[in-house]
Amino acid sequence: MAAVVAVVILNGRAGGSAVPSAAASIRLHEVASATGIDFVHQSPTLDPKVQHIAPHIAALGACVSVTDINNDNWPDLYFTSSRFGAANALYLNQKDGTFRNVAGQAGVAALNRAGEGVSMGAVWGDYDNDGFEDLFVSKWGYQQLLRNLGNGTFADVTAAAGLRRWMNSNGAVWLDFDRDGLLDLYVTGYFRSDIDFWNLRSTRIMQHSWEFATNGGKNLLFKNLGLGRFQDVTDSLGVGSTRWTLAAASADFNDDGWPDLYLANDYGPEELYLNKEGRRFELARAGLQDDSKSGMAVTIGDVYNRGRHDVFVTNISEKGFLFQGNNLRVNFLKELDRFDEIASGVVADAGWAWGAQFGDLNNDGLLDLVVANGFISADSTRSYWYAMSKIAGAQGNIFEDARNWPAIGKASLSGFERSRVLMNRGADGFVDVAEESGVTDRLDGRAVAMADLFNRGALDVIIANENARALIYRNADSARGHWIGLKLVGSRSNRSAIGADVTVEFGNVRQRQVVDGGSGFCSQNDRRLHFGLGMARPGRVLIRWPSGREQTLEGLKVDELHVITEPA
Amino acid sequence: MASAIDPRYLIVFLITLVLVLGEARYGILGGYDRLATTLGICLITEIALSWWIRGRVANLASAYITGISLALLTKPQANILWPFALGAFLAIASKYVLTYRGRHLWNPSNFAIALMVLVASDSVAILSHQWGNDLRINLIIWTFGLVIAWRAKVLHVTLAYVACFIVLALIRNAIVGGPLLAELAPITGPMYQLFVFFMVTDPRTTVSTRRGRIIVVAIVALVEALMRLAGDFQLPLLRPFYVSPPILALALVGPIAMWWDLWRTARRPDGQTART
Repeated sequence: MAAVVAVVILNGRAGGSAVPSAAASIRLHEVASATGIDFVHQSPTLDPKVQHIAPHIAALGACVSVTDINNDNWPDLYFTSSRFGAANALYLNQKDGTFRNVAGQAGVAALNRAGEGVSMGAVWGDYDNDGFEDLFVSKWGYQQLLRNLGNGTFADVTAAAGLRRWMNSNGAVWLDFDRDGLLDLYVTGYFRSDIDFWNLRSTRIMQHSWEFATNGGKNLLFKNLGLGRFQDVTDSLGVGSTRWTLAAASADFNDDGWPDLYLANDYGPEELYLNKEGRRFELARAGLQDDSKSGMAVTIGDVYNRGRHDVFVTNISEKGFLFQGNNLRVNFLKELDRFDEIASGVVADAGWAWGAQFGDLNNDGLLDLVVANGFISADSTRSYWYAMSKIAGAQGNIFEDARNWPAIGKASLSGFERSRVLMNRGADGFVDVAEESGVTDRLDGRAVAMADLFNRGALDVIIANENARALIYRNADSARGHWIGLKLVGSRSNRSAIGADVTVEFGNVRQRQVVDGGSGFCSQNDRRLHFGLGMARPGRVLIRWPSGREQTLEGLKVDELHVITEPA
Repeated sequence: MASAIDPRYLIVFLITLVLVLGEARYGILGGYDRLATTLGICLITEIALSWWIRGRVANLASAYITGISLALLTKPQANILWPFALGAFLAIASKYVLTYRGRHLWNPSNFAIALMVLVASDSVAILSHQWGNDLRINLIIWTFGLVIAWRAKVLHVTLAYVACFIVLALIRNAIVGGPLLAELAPITGPMYQLFVFFMVTDPRTTVSTRRGRIIVVAIVALVEALMRLAGDFQLPLLRPFYVSPPILALALVGPIAMWWDLWRTARRPDGQTART
């Protein structure tokens, strides 16, 4: 009896930290409708051969990325939908607290067409250095590159760029891997590229292992040759993983001055490809190789203000069935050649977690974390977990064939889960303040992005939900501390300054961030970096541009956005 | 002579093989601290309780098997160790506390894992790792397992259970429909390897006659099938059971069978066990 009591007591602590009411200093209000954002994502319809598990296969594609298509320093938003005929949306910031969908006029709406495929993600970057951010759309189907003409319209330049490839991709990341000042492109493959989901020749399309699958789509690295052309350099640089990559992010993790690639792989271990001076990538062990989970998203943040790029990767937890747990990997590459995984409590167990992003929501100088959760919300009285557990332990050649999967019907699968807002308390760890913050939705969250949408010095949160409306969580009065914003403009580097590494010293700490070429799950944050400072003033600001040039700034005014152009 | 080898040491060899293969190829432990905790507490608890209660230190092979089994089967929420520590203690303690006529009723690791899954589902699941779903590794383990089960004279238990599972899978498939392979699939996985080679065959917690053992595993398979049907029909009250039907079916049926067998044996005029 005493033993049972002990189990019950210890189990009761599994929920993690209780929320101290005084600490709930993050306030977010959902304002999508009020801002004119009425986007509703639609999942793809698939070949009838996989109709019995279509809700499972097709539960992807709700993406959001932040851009500024007209350089007015007001963030715009791009959402993808994933059904033939459904339109993607480009919301232009009206600078008055509202947005207007201009995707149709801009020519970036009608990308979901039979024979061409459906949108699964989007990233923005100025690949031709003309001063306007261009758009790459990851698709199940032919990938698309759309050039920003600078007049509010876009031209499809995919074929001319050499990027018209059929892939089943759920993400991409811009990076300048060879530091030549031109943005290169890494496109992730999820399902194999020979699969056409609307004309299936075989139902042997699924993973052959739940843990170490290598039969996914091949990731591709395209080198920007200039003059609007890209070249596939995947094999020569050694980054053609086939591990069912769902998300990628890039930063200089080992401080050697070259941008590396970090992959979140479904059905397998994460992968870190270290950049060897732009000539090749090397798969690092870094403590990742044996820790097989279901990586969904990867986001980068300096969690403890150590001046390092730490990594958060989302995974799956379901009571009784599966505890994979999210990974919070603290970067010790310089000292130990590895990351240390330290996630526990509310950080580890968020449910079936998808997109996530770091950002200082309360300007206290510590990066908080927002995690979107939930896979399939259908009939709340039925769960697919048991049915899936029947095949999950089996031999790979059984469940590699979709025909052997039990029908999902109307069942849910980790549905109706709530998003998490994890407030960083430094040495005291993270605490979940979602409910207190006002984040109470139970939609099937996918992509998360952060941006100061209303230029108030406070980060807002955008969540794209599968088969549901997008949410805009406007930061209310929680960002009381000081802040600085940095918009970087490359000259020798790519104009978007993607990959620029910035360290801001304040108080007795320093925080490091990187300009985002795509991160989280099929999402991209604002390229303007936002540093919360608490009550401190900014000290030195150290910028390492993608070109390798280093710059130090001092005396930047607090509570302002600074536009910094790379010295020639 | 091989036939003189204590069956426990054959099982020790097999579970060590499973551990080494799985860890080397797939990192199935998820951290050596888990193994050290589970194995350490199993051994310490066994030494302490056997010395305290029986006045001598017991053979540690059984505790070793229990420790490895628990380390492989217990998959808790991230980075918590207490399920390994508590599970190890519960497993070994059950051998000394939950007894009837001097015999323990539950397979130790089965008792511990069943209790934790039922009572602590917020923290503990079973075997999230699937050892790569790799046919080659599984064939090696099945081959060694069957040979060792034969040498340990428990092959009839293993085969009876597998046969019952297959027949009942066919029946379940006839009831619920869907792909037949989905119903047969579980038995090809690693959790069932641990189950058929280390739990359901445990000589200390199986009944005394060959026929009795076959009947008992048939009942275990039947109860498991009922739990699986509960899962298929989504009976909410039984949800705690269909997260791991074989483990929980054995935890329910095994001790009842043991108790009945011991009670029946004790009532015989000669009072002797008819173990074959």
